[in-house]
Amino acid sequence: MPPAPLIAYKQVTKTFDGGRVVAVADVSLEVAEGEFLAIVGGSGSGKTTLLRLANRLIETDGGTITVEGEDVGRADPIRLRRRIGYVFQSGALFPHMSVAENVGVTPKLLGWPAAEISARVDELLDLVRLDRAAYRDRLPHELSGGQRQRVGVARALTAKPRIVLMDEPFGALDPLTRDALGDDYRELHRKLGLTTVMITHDMTEAILLADRIAVMHGGKLLAQGTPRELAASGDVYVGELLRTPRRQAERLSDALPRDGAA
Amino acid sequence: MNFFPDPRWSEALSHLPDYLGNHVRVSVTALVLGLAVSLPLAILSRHRPVLRGALLGLASIVQTVPGLALLALFYPLLLALAALSLSWFGVGFSAFGFLPAVLALALYSMLPVLRNTITGLLGVDAQILEAAQGVGMTPRQSLFSVELPLALPVMMAGIRTAAVWVIGTATLSTPIGQTSLGNYIFAGLQTQNWVFVLFGCFAAAALALAVDQLLALIESGVRYRSRLRTALGGIGILALVAATLVPAMARSSSNYTVGAKTFAEQYVLSSLIAQRLRAAGLSATSREGLGSNVIFDALASNDIDVYVDYSGTLWANQFHHSDILPREELLRELKTILTKQNITLFGELGFENAYALVMPRKRAAELGIRSIADLAARAPALSIAGDYEFFSRPEWAGIQKAYGLAFRTQRQMQPDFMYAAVASGEVDVIAGYTSDGLIAKYDLVVLEDPKHAIPPYDAIVLLAPKRAEDERLKAALRPLLGRIDIAAMREANLRAAGNDAASSPDAVARWLWEKVGK
Repeated sequence: MPPAPLIAYKQVTKTFDGGRVVAVADVSLEVAEGEFLAIVGGSGSGKTTLLRLANRLIETDGGTITVEGEDVGRADPIRLRRRIGYVFQSGALFPHMSVAENVGVTPKLLGWPAAEISARVDELLDLVRLDRAAYRDRLPHELSGGQRQRVGVARALTAKPRIVLMDEPFGALDPLTRDALGDDYRELHRKLGLTTVMITHDMTEAILLADRIAVMHGGKLLAQGTPRELAASGDVYVGELLRTPRRQAERLSDALPRDGAA
Repeated sequence: MNFFPDPRWSEALSHLPDYLGNHVRVSVTALVLGLAVSLPLAILSRHRPVLRGALLGLASIVQTVPGLALLALFYPLLLALAALSLSWFGVGFSAFGFLPAVLALALYSMLPVLRNTITGLLGVDAQILEAAQGVGMTPRQSLFSVELPLALPVMMAGIRTAAVWVIGTATLSTPIGQTSLGNYIFAGLQTQNWVFVLFGCFAAAALALAVDQLLALIESGVRYRSRLRTALGGIGILALVAATLVPAMARSSSNYTVGAKTFAEQYVLSSLIAQRLRAAGLSATSREGLGSNVIFDALASNDIDVYVDYSGTLWANQFHHSDILPREELLRELKTILTKQNITLFGELGFENAYALVMPRKRAAELGIRSIADLAARAPALSIAGDYEFFSRPEWAGIQKAYGLAFRTQRQMQPDFMYAAVASGEVDVIAGYTSDGLIAKYDLVVLEDPKHAIPPYDAIVLLAPKRAEDERLKAALRPLLGRIDIAAMREANLRAAGNDAASSPDAVARWLWEKVGK
């Protein structure tokens, strides 16, 4: 028997507008400890809703979600959110707080001593490769998009969560920055032993970063598995999503000689 | 070299600590009260569209009520509340001056604060709010450490607008008995003392600018995390508030308050009474520029101790009698009514300040008009001007009815401008006052009233209930009774209307005492 999953959705349903709009329909999904799961889908597929149900930014209408074995419906939502890291689209840093204050926000809410917060902030800035001396006291508007998202990742990790939820974290960045940040995060995920659920609409990114991929469409979970398992799935929509990265890979391997000097 | 060659500048300056201090005290209290009510309401209503709409609607309606009317409305309201509180709980409070002014001004400050706070809070990016929730903030933590700091610039703009409005509008609290920089303006307008008017306007504007800049300093201090700026702004405001305690302490030493309505004669008479009281070793201050609807109630509730009113005014306006009695009979009746309210009709000063229809002497002669009866035939082709209350007073209805008067047009004017207007032919007839010195100055004639449609208006001294047995006060006032005849009062009023140093109410009152006191 495999170890108990760290996050488990069981027949979860969520509707909006008094039942007229079904955002998530009867989804069951498990995320094992240490796993990096990507949820892929187009806009309106329900992927963001699915993510937010896990830390109760949104409440479920049906089914249960357990996190670390605890039914989130019975958990105190505030304490739940403080122990789950959350990385928002394009950072969503608090514009009136310095980098250090943004990064230290959750430990402060948890009542850590100031010296401990300060040390932890420095540690996190090192982890996300931001020069602490240069960035600690800057305000978010003084940072580039990539730097902002590094701070966003650092903020999610300060309170030492076991789980990190990421909502299209690298979507708004230029390709180079996006690549570097993705790799850096993947490395953090491994080093810190995190369990990560990342939302993206980009199948290529999902394949490159995640261990497993879940495909959402119209509120339903169409397929889940490793990239290989997905490729074997007969679902038409999943096949469509895989076509782009496949074609990109072929073209790239044609255009760039495998062992030529770059 | 003397910077202020005109002694009226130094007189204006001598009032500054008292007027400015009171102005700051009433404005700051009103603003603090307004903020204490508006900020929680705005926060409470930001996610409740119905409540929000109702609040903003209500605040907008309050804003459309002219400041003067709003202030004046609060006086009778509080008076009724005070009476109620006295009969229910045995605890009364003064409905005069500070309290109604603070309440009305606080109400006035609400709209910009409510609107900007709500706008500011609703303007915070939804993503940021979600992030606040996502990092584990409670709604309260989100409000205080994210929403309010981000809404601060818009909120402060509202608070600054409110501060400027309150400080400006506070000048209108003079007529309900709150000393303010408006005392300069009301007194200046009534006694043609333009130095006072300018001084009051500049002082109020300077105060408004100073407070606005101090608030801006605090705002920038908070926004750019400069403790120094925040502290400087805070110290500035505290210094202003501290300055207001000076007049509060100085005032408590005075035992007698003499009231005056909003025209020159009243300023002179209240100065004269205050001077007499001081000469008798009693401490006295004048509370000037009180609205005629406020002053009687203020006396009845012991907020002022003594003032001069006119028999016909009380008879018709205060007690709503439409019949007109002969002089002696009216005074007797009035005395009986006043006694029931524990108010002492101490006596007559000796002159009448009646309403009268007045025309230029030459023009009256040309048209062959000597009395109101003669005027009635010509009236449809003529225009008339009166002060702000005349045309709604019962006396006017009485005159119209008695003589069948109907004018082509009727206009309302500031009393001081009426005489010049009729002298220059701007209007044909004015409803003037018999004791006004300008009648002689402009060579005007008072039209006769053969049907006695205009009631008698003897100037009478009234004492507050708590002064009914005050023999020292009575002894100090007795020398004035029956001594001021119409000629003396007219000349005094003419002097008070002058535009020089000898025309201050104090100076004129001294002259009047020289003339009648021996």
